[in-house]
Amino acid sequence: MSEAINIHSGAAGHAVHHDDHGHGHPEQSFISKYIFSMDHKTIGKQFLITGIVWAIIGGLFSVLFRLQLGFPDQSFPILETFFGHWAKGGQIQPEFYYGLVTIHGTVLVFFVLTAGLSGTFANLLIPLQIGARDMASPFLNMLSYWFFFIASIIMLSSIFVHTGPASGGWTMYPPLSALRQAGDGQKIGTDLWLIAMALFIVSSLLGGLNYISTILNMRTKGMSMTRLPLPVWAMFFTAVLGVLSFPVLLSGAILLIFDRNLGTSFYLSDIVINGEILPNEGGSAILYQHLFWFLGHPEVYIILLPAMGMVSEILSVNARKPIFGYMAMLGSMFSIAVLAFLVWAHHMFVTGLNPFLGSVFVLLTLLIAVPSAIKVFNWLTTLWRGNIRFTPAALFAIGFVSLFISGGLTGIFLGNSTIDIHLHDTMFVVAHFHIVMGVASFFGMFAGVYHWFPKMFGRYLNNTLGYLHFWVTMVGAYLIFWPMHYQGLAGMPRRYLDKRGWVSFNQFADLDKMITVVSIIVFAVQLMFVFNFFYSIFKGRKVTSQNPWGANTLEWTTKIKPGHGNWDGEIPEVHRWPYDYAKDGREFIPQTEPVGANESKH
Amino acid sequence: MEIVGNQEKQKMHPHKFTLWVAIGSLVMMFAGLTSAFIVKSNQVNWKPVSLPRVFWVSTGIILLSSLAIQLAVRSFKNREMNRYRLLTGITVLLGAAFLVCQWMGFRELWAQQITFRGAGGGQFLYVIFGLHALHVLGGLIALFIMFIKGFFGKTKLYSSVPVEVAATYWHFVDALWIYLLVFFLVIGKN
Repeated sequence: MSEAINIHSGAAGHAVHHDDHGHGHPEQSFISKYIFSMDHKTIGKQFLITGIVWAIIGGLFSVLFRLQLGFPDQSFPILETFFGHWAKGGQIQPEFYYGLVTIHGTVLVFFVLTAGLSGTFANLLIPLQIGARDMASPFLNMLSYWFFFIASIIMLSSIFVHTGPASGGWTMYPPLSALRQAGDGQKIGTDLWLIAMALFIVSSLLGGLNYISTILNMRTKGMSMTRLPLPVWAMFFTAVLGVLSFPVLLSGAILLIFDRNLGTSFYLSDIVINGEILPNEGGSAILYQHLFWFLGHPEVYIILLPAMGMVSEILSVNARKPIFGYMAMLGSMFSIAVLAFLVWAHHMFVTGLNPFLGSVFVLLTLLIAVPSAIKVFNWLTTLWRGNIRFTPAALFAIGFVSLFISGGLTGIFLGNSTIDIHLHDTMFVVAHFHIVMGVASFFGMFAGVYHWFPKMFGRYLNNTLGYLHFWVTMVGAYLIFWPMHYQGLAGMPRRYLDKRGWVSFNQFADLDKMITVVSIIVFAVQLMFVFNFFYSIFKGRKVTSQNPWGANTLEWTTKIKPGHGNWDGEIPEVHRWPYDYAKDGREFIPQTEPVGANESKH
Repeated sequence: MEIVGNQEKQKMHPHKFTLWVAIGSLVMMFAGLTSAFIVKSNQVNWKPVSLPRVFWVSTGIILLSSLAIQLAVRSFKNREMNRYRLLTGITVLLGAAFLVCQWMGFRELWAQQITFRGAGGGQFLYVIFGLHALHVLGGLIALFIMFIKGFFGKTKLYSSVPVEVAATYWHFVDALWIYLLVFFLVIGKN
């Protein structure tokens, strides 16, 4: 076996550049190095940059519909200049508004916080932190990015078609999404949405398969599962969730495609639209919701778990203390992953779900509070009496914990089926999930970018801009989303274009203006971050030491700018867990250092 | 790929392991569809479907093809390349025959006025069996490429991993078909 491989690699070496240095990496062309790259680090950067582009688009869309919500009387002629008949008279038209909301949701949930977050950091961190030269299948990994890229192009093109992008909401509920005659957005825009999502699912499955088999099969010597850094564990659970839940979304989408294009009635029954009685009979729109939320709820944790893992690592490194309760962290991530599959119907309390069944889902939903609270406790105790270095990454990690607490607590309200009758589809829900899943995961992602930017590009991000970015985003996030709780408690519905008709909501007009102004400021600060990101790639302060943060994990044992294959010589062997900080009078002890004779046990 | 090959000897080759995870993922997709079927079949106005006979023929064919590919793997490992080529050829033919049988089954149902109109057992059958057939087709294309490669192999030593991966996938679509058949026989009838 090994003989066969030697012959093979020797032959390959000969073919390329006539020497028998079997391990060498021949000079790569620009295309194979930066475009169709099979290096996990490059693929991670590709995911990150594509994710940044999508985040700008998705964020811009939210600013546009916030303009409508905050200033419904005002006319913005510039909008008509850019969007033509979508913003007639400088005002966002109803169809455009729904398109904006739909694409904002789809893009941020899937393209930014799934592909951009776990695509980036799973690719970058898994091989580097477990001590592997690359993924189990670098080729599938490359395919994963390019499927995502094609999905992106198709989704992007749907914004430019005449009838506009899909506008049935990011959940794409039938019957609205299944009927072309229901509106402009239900025409080609929805077809493009479905194709893009199908390709996206393929992309994340290919990625997920790779992450799982890499983590389980390719760890370096000594790297037992309980010596894995927490980001790797988080990526592992994320990948398992994705691999098991995305196919179910795909089957839901396939049935929807049949209903839209081939005349079946899986989701359609007894519909009269524009005075026309449709022949469809026997379908059930609720069936789609079950299939959708069976993915949809795990998806929440697909977004959140990578952020949790990275935050754990960054807090420990920057508090110069071991992570508190490593095994409890694993246990809580495991139970979150299991519970994620058992709570989907809490999105459906008001669909006529059997109240007895509902109570089971209430119980399971509230159970998630237990592992979540364990994690919060562990983060706080990791910080407790630590020697904290307030780098931008550490600040974003601490901000994550804050947002996770305040957003998580409102989940307890929504998880109660009785309270949910009042709160369902109100701004309270918007506030809840934006804080706990949207902004919190973004904070985890920012923390990751600031922390691993030196590994990705060999340079630092600008710190001053980083601090400005953090404080404005942190204060802004609370200013934007906190007031929405009050609006929701007062019964203000989400998704509505114009609420001026309700006297009871008039009291919120000024609040809505404030939210809109703050969201414009926060969006501008994100653009500043994007500037910082691209500027620093080329002009940032250079990294001079191999291990700039004094961290224990393996990625900092590589060269400052590692090539394909990560380590020049042998892959280092691992002798200890990754969190030996402030131990036996030493600030940190890398994982590669053998356990000394007189060393205390952790 | 080279990078993977250079890893030290593992319990299971990463590509094989990846396939097993992928199978888990495919199982979830079909579990999603068949549970949708169960939910719908308990509602009013459900129209059951009875399977055309030809699906029994296709069952026999795919079982035989599973046997053929298993023998092909064995002959590959024993370096009996002529036998290996013959057996993969047979597997490809049987796989194609399976798809033809499925197509005939669909035609027969269509002739019974079971079209895409509605949301009963027949419509689910088209979606579920159709998706299964697509997965068979995917495997068939891979097998066909492998069959062609069997004639042009120049290296003397190669690993049996690709052949084993293909065989495992083929057994999986076979087992999946048995599950779907039993599912439609037991739950689709009422």
